[in-house]
Amino acid sequence: MSVLVGPQTKLLVQGITGKEGTFHTLRNRAYGTNVVAGVTPRKGGQDVEGIPVFDTVAEAVSATGANTSAIFVGPRFAGDAILEAADGGIDVVACITEGIPTRDMAEVHSYLRGTATTLVGPNCPGVITPGVANVGIIPGEVCTPGRVGFVSRSGTLVYQIVYELTSKGIGQSTCIGMGGDPVHGIGFIESLALFESDPDTDLMIMTGEIGGDDEERAAAYIAERVSKPVVAYIAGFEAPPGKRMGHAGAIVTGSSGTATAKTEALEAAGVQVARTPSQVAELVADRLGG
Amino acid sequence: MDLYEHMGKDLFRAQGIATPRGTVCRTPEEAADAATSFGGRAVVKVQVQVGGRGKGGGVVLVESPERAADETDRLLREVFAGHVVDRVLVEELLPIAAEFYTSILLDRSTGSYLAMMTAEGGVDIETLARERPEAIRRASIDPLLGPRPYHVRELVGTLPASAREGAADVLGKVFDLLTDRDATLVEVNPLVQLEDDRVVALDAKVTIDDNALVRQPDLAALAQEFPIDPVEKRAKEAGLQYVKLDGDVGIIGNGAGLVMSTLDVVARAGAKAANFLDIGGGASADTMATSLEVILSDPAVRCVFVNIFGGITRCDVVANGVLEALGRVDATVPIVLRLDGTNAEEGRRIIAEAQHPKIVSVPTMDGAAAEAARLAEAAA
Repeated sequence: MSVLVGPQTKLLVQGITGKEGTFHTLRNRAYGTNVVAGVTPRKGGQDVEGIPVFDTVAEAVSATGANTSAIFVGPRFAGDAILEAADGGIDVVACITEGIPTRDMAEVHSYLRGTATTLVGPNCPGVITPGVANVGIIPGEVCTPGRVGFVSRSGTLVYQIVYELTSKGIGQSTCIGMGGDPVHGIGFIESLALFESDPDTDLMIMTGEIGGDDEERAAAYIAERVSKPVVAYIAGFEAPPGKRMGHAGAIVTGSSGTATAKTEALEAAGVQVARTPSQVAELVADRLGG
Repeated sequence: MDLYEHMGKDLFRAQGIATPRGTVCRTPEEAADAATSFGGRAVVKVQVQVGGRGKGGGVVLVESPERAADETDRLLREVFAGHVVDRVLVEELLPIAAEFYTSILLDRSTGSYLAMMTAEGGVDIETLARERPEAIRRASIDPLLGPRPYHVRELVGTLPASAREGAADVLGKVFDLLTDRDATLVEVNPLVQLEDDRVVALDAKVTIDDNALVRQPDLAALAQEFPIDPVEKRAKEAGLQYVKLDGDVGIIGNGAGLVMSTLDVVARAGAKAANFLDIGGGASADTMATSLEVILSDPAVRCVFVNIFGGITRCDVVANGVLEALGRVDATVPIVLRLDGTNAEEGRRIIAEAQHPKIVSVPTMDGAAAEAARLAEAAA
């Protein structure tokens, strides 16, 4: 078992014929992911190293039964690509694209509430279930199968921390890069809920960073609903305060959004919070060993 | 991108939201002329990308063109809350009956727009929100549906009856401004009711979504008007994410999360970072050379910490990039290089064989941070 992606995954890549799209599609396939189709408007009928390309998601789904999508299209068209995937009946959409206008994402976010589609990202590295399926750009070679679930806002911190876990012989059930954009799909709470009910996950790691209140809300959720141990890391203690003009942001969250505030909220919920990325793997090793 | 008040008010007027008459002035003489055109009495407002201008002495009522010139002269000479001042806004004084507050912003915790309004404007809104949150009416607005009549009735409900129609009109236009111009925040404090019941925006705080500037070319062009540190400017032109900080360890890393984390680890080692610099994925020799140039041009830097975790980026490519960069840039301070992840051993071997006198290779992030802190301390 695993969450979001696994042996059931039939991957479709939107933007497959672009440079990044092609490169990562082939890496995902080489990892063992079942890549069934690609979509690039006006390139239907071509193929990418044997992977058939369609003009629309609907055509690709009907021809191949694709149920998962990775999006590599440019920022101006990525919002549309997510909506197309949702309307095409795709279950899990990982949007790798960075720089999507926030208004587009707000509209997408509102529309997805009425669908059964789970969005990961945007501006994220994707999702990997080590040894089974890799959807996106996480370097599969640093991962190893195991029983630790991982969710992170930052991509490079996933790579860094997973590498250290793997070096200590600690494998991962699924790693979710949720992305750092203000308006995004799956968050800490939804990810932790998936791991909590996954019989093959024993412990979860969450890595957050300054800004917003996702970590504070996750802390409240953990205190109430999560029984499995959680280890966390927050980046940005030394980051300069944002040059925010209005006061409205602080009014909304009721929190300063600082690394200290997030760390305190998580510790109050019984979460062990590492002070450096290296310490995450040490805390996990202690917890699993003890 | 945070706009100056006068830019926000240009957007307000284009949307049909009333504002006082005003003139942007870059010299005391221009300010005196503007005050004269408003009958002698006026308000002089410093234009900076930061709030708290009223409390900080950046908003001054003047009774004569001479006073307008004097206050403008003072404001142009001062650095306001760390911001260089190159202009003020001189505005007419209006007969105010009541002051309110309104804002609409994109709420990241819900992905919807959040509108707020209160009859108690012109005050410290954060204090009001903390002490009497019930005084502020709020409505969550679906981005696909827009504000509905019931949202508007709720929001204007604490205002005097005579101001509600005018305030409702402003709310609708503020929402249109958010969606038409890709703003993520519009805040009006105060929104005022005049003695003749007209509702006018006395202030304007507008933040434009950086990701949307490509489809708002006239707003993107405004970026040139804001003062920028010369080192930051150079980094920006090279497409690097760079922020100047006040320490002495220069930082280069790949990925925003890892770089933020690097600043923290350096601080735990007892030193302070001189900057935040994210080179992103796929560090070419060219990117590395430009990054090193940018960092070495900062006289405060005593040591550079290059922290690379190879994911898709391969460490052997990074190692060659650093060496090539050092062929083009003359390193004046030691460079601590930490390579880990994909092809790390190969990368470290390349660095070891090159035997460059300025490079210190340390395999772990914590170890490299400690070494960088030690070298910066030794050079102090």
